[in-house]
Amino acid sequence: MTRDVNWALAHKQQTLFKRARIIQDIRAFFIADDFLEVETPHRIPANAPEQHIDAVASDGWFLHTSPELAMKRLLAAGYARLFQVCRVWRAAERGSRHLPEFSLLEWYRAEIDYHVLMHDCERLLTHLVPEQRISWQGHTFDLTPPWERLTLHDAFVQHAGISLQEALQENRFEEILVNQVEPQLGQGKPTFLIEYPAEMAALARTKPGEPTIAERFELYIGGFELANAFSELNDPAEQRDRFQREEKQRRDAGKPPAPLPEAFLNELGRMPEAAGIAFGIDRLIMLLTDQAEIAEVVAFAPEQL
Amino acid sequence: MSYSCSDLKKGLKLMIDGEPHVIAQFDFTKPGKGQALYKCKLRNMITGALFDRTYRSGESFDPASLEERDMQYLYQDETGYVFMDNKTYEQVVLDADTLADDRYFLVDNMEVKILLFGERGIGVTLPNFVNLRVTQSDPWVKGDTAAGNNKPATVETGYTLQVPSFVEPGTLIQIDTRTGDYVTRVKE
Repeated sequence: MTRDVNWALAHKQQTLFKRARIIQDIRAFFIADDFLEVETPHRIPANAPEQHIDAVASDGWFLHTSPELAMKRLLAAGYARLFQVCRVWRAAERGSRHLPEFSLLEWYRAEIDYHVLMHDCERLLTHLVPEQRISWQGHTFDLTPPWERLTLHDAFVQHAGISLQEALQENRFEEILVNQVEPQLGQGKPTFLIEYPAEMAALARTKPGEPTIAERFELYIGGFELANAFSELNDPAEQRDRFQREEKQRRDAGKPPAPLPEAFLNELGRMPEAAGIAFGIDRLIMLLTDQAEIAEVVAFAPEQL
Repeated sequence: MSYSCSDLKKGLKLMIDGEPHVIAQFDFTKPGKGQALYKCKLRNMITGALFDRTYRSGESFDPASLEERDMQYLYQDETGYVFMDNKTYEQVVLDADTLADDRYFLVDNMEVKILLFGERGIGVTLPNFVNLRVTQSDPWVKGDTAAGNNKPATVETGYTLQVPSFVEPGTLIQIDTRTGDYVTRVKE
């Protein structure tokens, strides 16, 4: 028997105070900006089928991997500005920046495209960090807007000396992105990595006049991927095709089948032009509390249970 | 038996190009909506050479073919750290580079497992916990009663780690040899 408190838990106290404060500040920002905070079910009959995201099964249904589908059904029902802070689950994801159960902030707005969401990100961070500077593990980041906008294509050429096309053809996209491109992104100042190949954004609409490019961006600070956003696809037939394609790729890779989210597909045709974003709260808190490991910003990592 | 990517973790020993390697650092990563990558820093257990490898789902690995033998830590001399098999009296010497941080957790007569690749000692498996006395640490700051505050401390073997602010020089503490982290004070 030990006579001391559980040190692994006790030493996180300061960080957890900061964590709670940051989440309260996030809520205050959206509430002041006339967003409606919503809570949608964590356990659902179907997620959006995605080739590389595995849901956790729960008594015949699934834990949600993102509240996206429910949020978009609300958009389709006429809600114009929505946000949610919730736990989501993704099977077998555990690393220095990944937890299988983690906290997401998502927000959605009708009648806008993804450019407006980039401004939202700049405003949110300025609200959370009024001094507009963060220092993380010896690196300093200047948050003064506007932040850099860099296309995925230019990022590969600039930081890895290879065209996006070539990286994809050689099946080295993820490897080059993770080892060569990402560490260079958002250094000194945040970077929006924009314009993804359409096949890498199953729920995004394509750029007007450019059917091969999706209006998707990811936000990076200090090599950290913090958020993923897009202008939302609202064509139900096209969405069904894309889900079926993802589902086929899952089956070909020997993964368990994922049912199609029929209620979402039925209502998607009523959704206005809109854009939405998923922002990783735990990673944001890592940056704002100068922590190198995601386990340090939550009370319990899975290994501590 | 072989390992898949989901088995990879720090400390796992694999056979790569016919030589035993240990995963010195491990991270799981997954960009955006892309496929999972398993980033490993591998140490060749014979040469000590370190290098990076990134694997993806679907790859498989053979476990390193190593023999593990119960031995006792005797002493350190100019040849290195000396261990002995108490049944055969056979001795094996490991150098500081091979032991890395494990050398800080050796206590005289400690029962350990020595890893052998053929005849050659290439590593040690220590008991999970070791008790060591703090030799140096900044004094407790009066008024600092927050449960979460920590400070650096050095123990008798020269190892430095973070401890709670109430730990003072002379205190016997328990350290987890797998992570090198402070666990608790030890009642004497």
